[in-house]
Amino acid sequence: MADRAGAALTRPVDAPGDSELLPQVRIRHWGRWVAGLAVLAVLGLLFQAISRGDIDYASIPDLLTQDVILEGLVDTIVLAVIAQAGAIVIGTVVALMRTSANPVLRWVSWAYIWVFRGLPVLLQILLWYNIALVFPTFTIPVPFTDAYLLDQPANVIMTGFLAALLGLGLNESAYMAEIVRAGLTSVDRGQTEAAKSIGMGPAKVLSRVVLPQAMRVIIPPTGNDFINMLKGTSIASVIGFTELIHAANALSSRSLAVMETLLAVAVWYMVVVSVANVGQYYLERHYNASIRPVGTRGSVWAKVGGSLRTPPFMRGSR
Amino acid sequence: MLVRARGLRKHYGSLEVLRGVDLTVRRGEVVVLLGASGAGKSTLLRCVNHLEAADSGEIWVDDVPIGFRHEGGRLHELREADVARQRADIGMVFQRFNLFPHRTVLANVTEGPVQVRGVPRREAEAYARELLARVGLADKVDTYPDRLSGGQQQRVAIARALAMRPKLLLFDEPTSALDPELVGEVLAVMTELAQEGMTMLVVTHEIAFAREVADRVVFMDGGVVVEEGPPEQVIGAPQHERTRSFLARVTA
Repeated sequence: MADRAGAALTRPVDAPGDSELLPQVRIRHWGRWVAGLAVLAVLGLLFQAISRGDIDYASIPDLLTQDVILEGLVDTIVLAVIAQAGAIVIGTVVALMRTSANPVLRWVSWAYIWVFRGLPVLLQILLWYNIALVFPTFTIPVPFTDAYLLDQPANVIMTGFLAALLGLGLNESAYMAEIVRAGLTSVDRGQTEAAKSIGMGPAKVLSRVVLPQAMRVIIPPTGNDFINMLKGTSIASVIGFTELIHAANALSSRSLAVMETLLAVAVWYMVVVSVANVGQYYLERHYNASIRPVGTRGSVWAKVGGSLRTPPFMRGSR
Repeated sequence: MLVRARGLRKHYGSLEVLRGVDLTVRRGEVVVLLGASGAGKSTLLRCVNHLEAADSGEIWVDDVPIGFRHEGGRLHELREADVARQRADIGMVFQRFNLFPHRTVLANVTEGPVQVRGVPRREAEAYARELLARVGLADKVDTYPDRLSGGQQQRVAIARALAMRPKLLLFDEPTSALDPELVGEVLAVMTELAQEGMTMLVVTHEIAFAREVADRVVFMDGGVVVEEGPPEQVIGAPQHERTRSFLARVTA
């Protein structure tokens, strides 16, 4: 059967004269219509189910701007940004040690990554948070005097914020080290040689030639990690740090509107993550500038608008 | 004598690439290194600006021991940052161009003078435009390297090396990665440089270029210099069997 249909495609037919072109019948994309209708049906059922549920949607907008929730939002963002920034700095240093000619530095950086990537983040946060059990006071003596640069009970210093920052940041720094190392090794050796040949020392070779090119490889996974970090701060709720999840729990334990509060928090996570996505897009575009065809430059909104102008089901039939 | 290499030895693992090489280049001289691949030409060239460190032997460029500091009758090995200063006076042109893809043509050429020599940007740009005009690329200053043909990229690379006002230019098979129709434009620029009196040490397989432009040809094989002399002698009437068989293969 298939053979006969196939044969029909290659059987010679009477070719028309050269008077005029024949009208052409385009393919009908039935699959797209069927898929579209199926999705609409499922969404309809879902909407119906959700609207019948025992939940007070109208209260969610108010919950979004509750003081506790906003405090949690700010703490989440501050913790994620500082932890990620610190991780990028430490990770870059560790990656440079890892690719260094100095065998001692290579070994130390390997061990650093091994420990901080190997232990679960939750465990690392708990270890930092409970460090007072091992070291009741933190002291930094000034050498050759009786004075102290720092002399404080560990409980005062090791707040929930600091424990979460150390746990999340140091764990992430081990991942950043591997990301930066991948970026550094992705740059062709010829680039380093060319930079050396015009008299650049190691610092200039790195900052002017290798790192700018490594950025193209470093940024996408770093953006990925930052989005993970934004959500990963929720783990700090176990030590009572008031990030979004802890704020939601605090609020709903009083109001008992558990699902409403959780959904309000979900909205904030999506907003923050979406903003991070846009930031990543611009960073990537900046570092791709020299290899990107001029025509594809333009704002995100122009791109989104462009793709919406022609509805997907229209494209095949034009 | 601008370049004086003495007793250079270099091995990778068990492979001896250089087995006691002596080489001299006078100021203003064009020396072409010939030889089959694996003869040690590129390694020798890369030792001259210390991209590779020789295991033993010395290289002096303009009475400076490359990779070392001369003090108290001894040569003290230099750190990379100090070697960099010595390299600034020695230009190099690579087989694969190695232009900086994230910088425009103009920025590629001004990078060395501005970042290494501390030349004011406007001054560096004026000289870069002059050099790019000399290699026939005045209209490409704001282009990125990936928009250029191989021949154009190599001419930018030559301008980048010249921008440092080097005492010596090293060429490591500068036309080997080019499409045949683009080889001529690069050789033309090199010929012009030679006529202007630039000191050049060139590794190439372009026998015609060696015959016409070189003051002296050095033939290497198996990590040693087999014979050297003016091109009409080494290429025209080679004394050694190994030189003859090499020339027979490349000119066949």
